[in-house]
Amino acid sequence: MEVTVRLTVNGQPAEGSAEPRTLLVHFLRDTLGLTGTHVGCDTSQCGACTVLLDGRAVKSCTLLAVQAEGRAVTTVEGLAALLPPEARVEGLHPLQAAFWEKHGLQCGFCTPGMLMTAADLLSRKPDPSEAEIREGLEGNLCRCTGYQNIVAAVRLAAERLRAAGAAAVGGEAALAAGAAAQGGAP
Amino acid sequence: MIPAAFDYARASSLEEALRLLREAGPEAKLLAGGQSLLPMMKLRLAEPPLLVDIGGLAELSGIRLEANELAIAALTPHAELAGSAQVAEAFPLLARAAAGIGDLQVRNLGTIGGNLVHADPGSDLPAVVLALEGRIVLRGPAGERVVPAEAFFLGPLTTAIEPGEILTEVRFPLLEGRTGTAYVKHPHPASGYAVVGVAAVARLAPDGRVEEARLGVTGVGLHAYRARAAEAALRGRRPDASAIEEAVAHATDGVEVNGDLYASEEFRAHLCRHHMAQALREAVAAAA
Repeated sequence: MEVTVRLTVNGQPAEGSAEPRTLLVHFLRDTLGLTGTHVGCDTSQCGACTVLLDGRAVKSCTLLAVQAEGRAVTTVEGLAALLPPEARVEGLHPLQAAFWEKHGLQCGFCTPGMLMTAADLLSRKPDPSEAEIREGLEGNLCRCTGYQNIVAAVRLAAERLRAAGAAAVGGEAALAAGAAAQGGAP
Repeated sequence: MIPAAFDYARASSLEEALRLLREAGPEAKLLAGGQSLLPMMKLRLAEPPLLVDIGGLAELSGIRLEANELAIAALTPHAELAGSAQVAEAFPLLARAAAGIGDLQVRNLGTIGGNLVHADPGSDLPAVVLALEGRIVLRGPAGERVVPAEAFFLGPLTTAIEPGEILTEVRFPLLEGRTGTAYVKHPHPASGYAVVGVAAVARLAPDGRVEEARLGVTGVGLHAYRARAAEAALRGRRPDASAIEEAVAHATDGVEVNGDLYASEEFRAHLCRHHMAQALREAVAAAA
């Protein structure tokens, strides 16, 4: 039995057909073609599949596509667009730019999930300590970097976001706009 | 990993959810945050024929302060418990325990109701609900019933909830008098579940003696339990080092202690005494 799933993805209305057992990560990748969200461990350990659901980081391998019906999902492809252009760094979200500059990635497999979790973290704590960053990213595993440069990147992005006076996920208004585009409350 | 196929129904009200459960029979499962259920379904440890999704029910959301209790609705996610000023003010140990569950992403979706009915033997919240003498509200075909925490947890993944019932909220009596609380946990380094977790509530008399101590323990036995013998050993005593040491000697009285590759029975019992002593010291310090 397939059902139609309608939701907002990266600010745009999206819909597709899915079995109820289809996980959100597969729906995003295979049905909507958004392959920036990665499947890592597939057991809710590694966090590579992290996306924002109504602005909050969730593991899309542990969420059914049907559970996202009527809600706003942001993937790494839509991360920069959460911010007004003036808060971006050469078109990138400050987190993306900082991961690049601070060498917060090597192979890059974990990076989309790291970015999305870090975005949620910074939206709660605009000026996190190193310990708070490490704790906030506890649900994201990186096998390359040793985390040091990831932490440095999140700190740099936090600084830039504060300097720009921008919220990491663009505030409630951006999400509400996403939900409004879908024609319903999140 | 993909779950086995199932039918899916999204309930638009609590009444509808109850009706769907009644019609489907005991094999159907409720879906809230899905952070315990979906991993089990992906591993095919659970293959329910029908999921009734109650995740969107506003009537099962929110935290209400009433005359003498805090009512926390079933769908309240752990992240909200961890971040709520109201929870931190009334029950700091609940906020602390919630902040230590899984990781940020799991806390954003996982709910208090789902956590309690799942009743993992290493889950944090059952210990806290026991120490706070939470009352668990269940709605079923025959109406509402309220189960005290101590009668709720029956075994690993087993509670007093009956097929067709839905946990709607947990009601926590507000703490009175000179009372302090603590939650102290030894997390498993890989899973984050409690190898041992101890929730303590200590109420002191004006002269500094213990009027009442309540201890909820998770991770140690087949289900979370009240350490009644340790509580009794403290009553009426000054909570000094020797009183605490004598009390925690009873930390696992009457409990079949779990042993596994990470912690043998003997080591886990030791950890339990150690963490119970630490929880008591912190609770007493918070009360003083």
